[in-house]
Amino acid sequence: MGDVSIFLQHLTNGVSLGSLYALIAIGYTMVYGILRLINFAHGDIFMLGVYLTYYGVTYTSLPWWLVFILAPLLTGFIGILLERVAYKPLRGSARITILISAIGASFLLQNLGIVIFGGRPRAFPVPQMLNHVIRLGGVSINVVTFIIPAVTIVLLLGLTYFTTKTKTGLAMRALSKDYETASLMGIDINKIISITFLMGSFLAAIGGILWGSRYPQLMPLMGSMPGLKSFIAAVVGGIGNITGAVVGGFILGLGEIMLVAFLPRLSGYRDAFAFVLLIIILLVKPSGLMGDNVTEKV
Amino acid sequence: MKKSVVLLLVLMLAVASSASAEVIKIGVFEPMTGPNAAGGEMTVEGIELALELRGEVLGKKVEIVVVDNKSDKVEAANAVSRLIEREKVVAIIGSYGSSLSMAAGDIVNKAKVPTVGCSPTNPLVTLNNPYYFRVCFIDPFQGTVMANYAVNELGAKTAAVIQDVTQDYSVGLSKYFVDAFRQLTGNQASIVEMSSYNTGDQDFTAQLTNVKNKMPDIVFAPGNYGESALLIRQARDLGIDVPFLGGDTWEAPEFLTIGGEAVEGAVFSTHFTSEAPVTEESEVFLAAYREKFGREANAFAALGYDAYMLILDVIERVGSADSQAIRDGLAATEGFVGATGVITLDVNGDAVKSAVINQVDGGKFIYLTTVEPF
Repeated sequence: MGDVSIFLQHLTNGVSLGSLYALIAIGYTMVYGILRLINFAHGDIFMLGVYLTYYGVTYTSLPWWLVFILAPLLTGFIGILLERVAYKPLRGSARITILISAIGASFLLQNLGIVIFGGRPRAFPVPQMLNHVIRLGGVSINVVTFIIPAVTIVLLLGLTYFTTKTKTGLAMRALSKDYETASLMGIDINKIISITFLMGSFLAAIGGILWGSRYPQLMPLMGSMPGLKSFIAAVVGGIGNITGAVVGGFILGLGEIMLVAFLPRLSGYRDAFAFVLLIIILLVKPSGLMGDNVTEKV
Repeated sequence: MKKSVVLLLVLMLAVASSASAEVIKIGVFEPMTGPNAAGGEMTVEGIELALELRGEVLGKKVEIVVVDNKSDKVEAANAVSRLIEREKVVAIIGSYGSSLSMAAGDIVNKAKVPTVGCSPTNPLVTLNNPYYFRVCFIDPFQGTVMANYAVNELGAKTAAVIQDVTQDYSVGLSKYFVDAFRQLTGNQASIVEMSSYNTGDQDFTAQLTNVKNKMPDIVFAPGNYGESALLIRQARDLGIDVPFLGGDTWEAPEFLTIGGEAVEGAVFSTHFTSEAPVTEESEVFLAAYREKFGREANAFAALGYDAYMLILDVIERVGSADSQAIRDGLAATEGFVGATGVITLDVNGDAVKSAVINQVDGGKFIYLTTVEPF
């Protein structure tokens, strides 16, 4: 292996990890952008999405691609339910109250996961199609490594179109500015918030499925670390900004891989890297890299 | 009327308290959730089976109290404190995971409650702790066994080591492997790459890309079954096709399901295999396990079984269920016939036993050979 191909391999590894963070961060940032609510249960919704997919593929005779669509939809409805139970009754109360409710929801989902799915890990059934390796010169790339960034970009474009060009998107943006005025203008707030949670949770589940295809180990607590990292990615990019979330995700993924690759002595600190990055951003540019442009906020 | 009710209550209380005095409580702290959950669950299966076969000693009923230590060092310390203070157990069994056992070490030592580890293999678990014992071999032996296998059976001249720096088990075992490998090859430079990760990491591509660059003959990567399975999958994706070697933690069904085709050919050392029963007790254990669970037992169930049976044997031998008496009895253990072999505890409270080498073949663990203690 030459030095160039080693570097290219590291780069590929970083892009692959970064696009996963990006994908999960999009859902995070979307909910925040509209409701000004940090949905700490996002990582656990992600976990539910992976488990639903696991059960769908393993215990039903449905083709895997259909499960890959149905499970995220179902997860989306769980997201709506979560909002109804944990956030809606608190709408209008202090932000800290809702934040604590979000943390509570996160613990509840994790522990429900342990009770229902069991503490022992399960193997994610990776479809054969997503699980073969392509070798380009000295660089080895799993197909799923191509698929993840592609899905991320497609969803990014789709969401940007949705929020800027459709009527529901317009309503979402109005809601994010001032939701009392928006409701006076005849926007059905409950419906728009439900759609936001449906989409956010759908995205979390898609992220979960791709995460599972890359790292096929399922555990009830699997959502917490990716959830935190994606939250950091969203903050680094400028929370509320969808493009920023993608940029933040890539920075985080590439940074982590390069840290372990070139400073192997620090590999035990890869999680710390994410948090140090968060602290630096909050000190230097609290609004995030792309957070200044208020008009772009969803 | 009122009086009789009170009398009845008092009577019931008296009966209840005298009944509890007739029960001998043994605590179990094992990981039932978290990254070591499979190991803890398999161990508890063995302990429960042993309780079913022998639920009484000195004419008293035995009760086990299982507490989940959640694969977490802080929770492990909490779990033993709870067993000692709230449950008032006379002895403790546990835990899978050397770090978890070490987190409990100080507490059981201060409280003077004898504790028997089933599978923690790091030497520090029992060292300078007169109340900690174990029914398994320790890592200096296990590391040497695998280094011998790599050099003598696979003809390896160079090796890369990938360790989990948050697990004392992985760090210790890696160190003993490295020492033995260097000595066997007579070459200080024979370890071409040494890298590390944390429990809970999912992505190992950066470490593996560096390993691939050094082109070792084998990779030694002891760690949790889940992380190890993901690591080997990613290694195969990256085009690393040399043999992977590990330790006893790999013996979990999850290693096979998560690893899939990638873990085919992986070789590891462990304590026991149903394919090569060593004592008459092994046969008794295997038959009972098969009947209860409908499948073959593995090393962790066997070690859990042995730890329980050893404690009961000691209680009978010393004729008392007092913690101090049990400790002294355990320390004097000689020639106890268990399912995993004949157990004699040395000055540190460690068992000196043979190791088994297994290989993944066709989605199953296949027995290769047995290595006697040196």
